[in-house]
Amino acid sequence: MNGPLLLEQYVGRLCTSAGAFFPGERVVFRGKDLHKLLEDMNWLELYLFSITGRKLTSQQVNMVQALWSYTSYPDARIWNNRVAALAGTARSTGTLGIAAALAVSEAKIYGRGIDLRACEFLTRAKIQVDEGADLKEIVQTELNKKRSIAGYGRPLVAADERISPVMALVQKMGLGNGLHLKLAFDVEKILHEGRWRLRLNYAALAAALCADMGMSPIEYYFASIMAFLAGMPPCYLDALDKPEGSLFPLPCRMISYEGVESRRWRKLT
Amino acid sequence: MSSESIRTRIWQEEAEPDNAFAAAACHCHGYDVYGDLLIHANWIEYLYLLFRGEAPTPQQVRLLEGLSIALANPGPRDAAVHAAMCGGVGGSTSASCLMAALAVGAGASGGAREVHIAMEEWNARGTDLPRWQAGLVKKPVDDPADVWPAPGHAAGFDPHGVRCTAPVMETLTHLAAVDGAGSLAWLKDNRQLLESSAGLPLAMSGVAAATFMDLGFNPAQGEMLYLLLRLPGAAVHALEQKNYGHKNFPFFRIELEKDLGTDSDMDNPVTVII
Repeated sequence: MNGPLLLEQYVGRLCTSAGAFFPGERVVFRGKDLHKLLEDMNWLELYLFSITGRKLTSQQVNMVQALWSYTSYPDARIWNNRVAALAGTARSTGTLGIAAALAVSEAKIYGRGIDLRACEFLTRAKIQVDEGADLKEIVQTELNKKRSIAGYGRPLVAADERISPVMALVQKMGLGNGLHLKLAFDVEKILHEGRWRLRLNYAALAAALCADMGMSPIEYYFASIMAFLAGMPPCYLDALDKPEGSLFPLPCRMISYEGVESRRWRKLT
Repeated sequence: MSSESIRTRIWQEEAEPDNAFAAAACHCHGYDVYGDLLIHANWIEYLYLLFRGEAPTPQQVRLLEGLSIALANPGPRDAAVHAAMCGGVGGSTSASCLMAALAVGAGASGGAREVHIAMEEWNARGTDLPRWQAGLVKKPVDDPADVWPAPGHAAGFDPHGVRCTAPVMETLTHLAAVDGAGSLAWLKDNRQLLESSAGLPLAMSGVAAATFMDLGFNPAQGEMLYLLLRLPGAAVHALEQKNYGHKNFPFFRIELEKDLGTDSDMDNPVTVII
């Protein structure tokens, strides 16, 4: 069934397994009673449960929390954070600033765009390797097709300061034996020793760790949505504390015009 | 069959005979959109109709059209456009670039909230000069229970301006010359007195607020239109910076006021350049 007949079945009602709110009574969250569920779940556990429908181990939840923490940079120069900070300097609301900054974090060269691509590649490569494919060939094919592999190399600087603390925690939590993690470092070896000279960055590491927790690429994408969040409020609040409009004010001399010469618009006849 | 419905005085539809989910005819405030407006109206007339529910007069069209041009691109130095460009340089989604422009351009300092506040003041003060002068000398008061931070200056004026800029003057002069632009004409005649009371020059947001008043919009409509009308510039600058790429976009120098993670003297700012 499709077309109007399909839509007609859905008119005026919501058929869902996500949950429901019964005012004054209870809330069903993915089939469970929310207020009873929270007796043994903290917010992050609930958030990850909301995405996967599974309860992660405490080590896994702590790892996800650390992954978010290690990439929360309160630096208003970073493009997504700058949106939050500009909202502060323009005296907009905190919610608008943070929500827009989170939306901007879905970028091609960093953030959610890279996260999803990194997880999808590692998941796909792992399946292909398990089926007997050669990893070097997989890497070469990916580079031929997409010119880059998400999670390797970095836009601003080559080194990634997040790798060392994340790996230290991985060892401490006993999460260092995952097959996606091993694959991620195998890919780095190929890329670094080959002519590309690329190092693994945080995106590939985080994606591999979450894939080893059983997250699919789409689950990992949702699990990462707030990865940068903790770095954003300081940027907004710092700008709010300072005189309005004083964050990155741009004088006219900073506009470097490269367009056509001055000309006249046609006159109305 | 659901008995619930969406109530509207703006939009009426007739379904296609074989598809209840596709409209065969759409009427906006009574006008046939695809059979009449598409052929006979222009974009500005339709925009006015959507907000006000009636067709505009030729003077109202000239006012809204003029303001639309004046607002369409605040330029890359504007905070809202800057925010949109931050999306562009990283290859963020188009919607997120406009969300950034909306979030920042919504603000009470140079944004749509400032227009809303200025229009409320127009409603309260009209063209009563002494009331304007008395109001403008008062600093806006912060309400800790309001999600909107208080602007640090009188709404409609430039907090960092030295004198009324040429683009603001040219826009005010052009729009005030349109018949029926009562608030704008009064603003033009009394600009210097008002600026003197505010201690600041008139800004484009002040001209926009007066124009919206003359067009009969309420503050909520003015706020919404100010958000909408400034989006074209944000869009094109975001797209342009996407092509230039992040290496051609300012990243600025940082001077860290506090750095407890090093052995450096905390009283001396540390300069970090990436």
